[in-house]
Amino acid sequence: MSDIDAIPEFKTKSGDGQDVGITNLSAFASGPGIKSMAEVLAIILVAVVIIGGTEILLNVFAVPQYVLPKPSQIGLALISDFHLILPHLGYTLVELLSGFAIGAVVGLVMAAVITQFPFVEKVVTPYILLLVTTPMLALVPLLILRFGFGYTPRIIAVALAAGPMVMINAATGFRRVDPGKIALARSYGASTIQIFWKIRAPMALPMILVGLMIGSIFGLLTAVGAEMVGGGFGLGNRLTSYSSMIQMPQFFAVVLILSILGILIYVLFFLIGKKWASWEA
Amino acid sequence: MNAQSSVQPKLRVRGATKVYSTGSGDLLAIDRCSLDVAPGEIVSIVGPSGCGKTTLLWSMSGLHGLTAGEVLLDGKPVKGPNPEISMVFQEANLLPWRNLDANINFPFEIKGTKPDRVWIDELLQMVGLEGFGARFPRELSGGMRQRAALVRALSFKPSVLLMDEPFGALDSFTREEMNRLVEQIWLDRPTTIVLITHSIEEAIFMSDRVVVMSARPGRVANIYPVPFPRPRSLDIMATKEVFDLTNAIKREIVGDQKSRFSTPSAPVFQAAK
Ligand SMILES: Nc1ncnc2c1ncn2[C@@H]1O[C@H](COP(=O)(O)OP(=O)(O)O)[C@@H](O)[C@H]1O
Ligand SMILES: [Mg+2]
Repeated sequence: MSDIDAIPEFKTKSGDGQDVGITNLSAFASGPGIKSMAEVLAIILVAVVIIGGTEILLNVFAVPQYVLPKPSQIGLALISDFHLILPHLGYTLVELLSGFAIGAVVGLVMAAVITQFPFVEKVVTPYILLLVTTPMLALVPLLILRFGFGYTPRIIAVALAAGPMVMINAATGFRRVDPGKIALARSYGASTIQIFWKIRAPMALPMILVGLMIGSIFGLLTAVGAEMVGGGFGLGNRLTSYSSMIQMPQFFAVVLILSILGILIYVLFFLIGKKWASWEA
Repeated sequence: MNAQSSVQPKLRVRGATKVYSTGSGDLLAIDRCSLDVAPGEIVSIVGPSGCGKTTLLWSMSGLHGLTAGEVLLDGKPVKGPNPEISMVFQEANLLPWRNLDANINFPFEIKGTKPDRVWIDELLQMVGLEGFGARFPRELSGGMRQRAALVRALSFKPSVLLMDEPFGALDSFTREEMNRLVEQIWLDRPTTIVLITHSIEEAIFMSDRVVVMSARPGRVANIYPVPFPRPRSLDIMATKEVFDLTNAIKREIVGDQKSRFSTPSAPVFQAAK
């Protein structure tokens, strides 16, 4: 155990473990940083201009609906066909949530364990990087061949896409050991388990949240992509189906739902980060 | 208290020797250090940087073991972290994700004991931090953080307080304020204190005895008594006794480093016996 003999220097603020994660937290936790009512109004104004402007331009140039539907048509389709789209939103969410849960749990546990063994970590890291950089969508046709057109191949793909993202960021977090804080806990007689839960885990939390956010966004992409490859349900399937039937307003309504889903995920983790990881920003 | 227990030192270091194994061989950090600290005594340790002060203090706290020698607390060997001993680290070492209250509560969470609210409130009041419980470390000044660390260290009423350059990062005014605060707390509840510092003035103002360590491998080179009654006023720092003492200690440390550089044969790395 090298920890036991290490005398901390306390020269750097939070240990010198450099963050080499996919994104850095300060950008994430500080977020868009909306401060005043004026900024909110400005953002709404821009939306109104863009949507209204598109509506007018499409009208003026009489662009046919199958090329680009007018915002108003998309809105109407969203309302009139929402009951048809809703079940598919449910299917996609089931895939996303279960695949993400599996991937996140496995990724977190692996990050926590592997960072305790520097040698194992060195050996495993290139393979995790390989998993991070390989688009898991590429495996979907194979998974479908093996598991059929149900939920299974999609959930596996989502887990494979999210897990390594969670793991690589969480590992960055767990690697940031501050010997001084561990010495502090040990001076009160802390056990290894207590040190993990009271020092290592909270120190890793900001990076874990980054991993969970990126992992869930990747999970959403992979779920929709997998649905486009095969199987008769899910928002991705709606996209292929509406576009093949040239139902462009419905097609864009689904795209709109997907954007809102992505934004909700971001906002969720932004709020969690603000609540639990703002000490680092 | 009978005659014998008042003679027994609170903390006794005997022949403390510590060898670190490093990539480039063994490194003898401290060599046969011996020191007795009486109950309620304040002892400072000064010495050139890297001479093994922290190594010695960590051995006293039980945070790491010795290669040879032993540390005794009330006559019993210290083999690991001990509930009677509390550490104050360089820079406050507060947990940034916890507010002040939660930071002070941290030792009790680890120990699984109940905090003595009355005592903690008294401490907070003494250091002027009452009402700051909801603040996070980043919202406190350096001095406030170190005061919070002091409260945390004393919260569970240790009988020995080990401090490793606790005020080194503070400006000199804040540092003097902290020194007086420690003395005030000590007067309120006498604790045995070992203080590492790189400020000879701080060492003299604070302690009953100043231990000077030699350059690596660290040995106890000399021990200077500082016979001023408490509470001390900053005025003692202007006396001739303190002036002479400061110079003697300074000469000892500087001279030690000079001799180290003038004798190239002096072993910097030395194998364990
Ligand atoms: N964990 C360690 N492994 C190897 N060498 C160490 C370790 N900790 C301290 N040292 C070395 O031991 C010597 C004494 O260190 P330290 O006790 O921190 O000195 P000081 O506190 O007096 O500055 C230094 O040369 C330092 O580099
Ligand atoms: Mg030191």
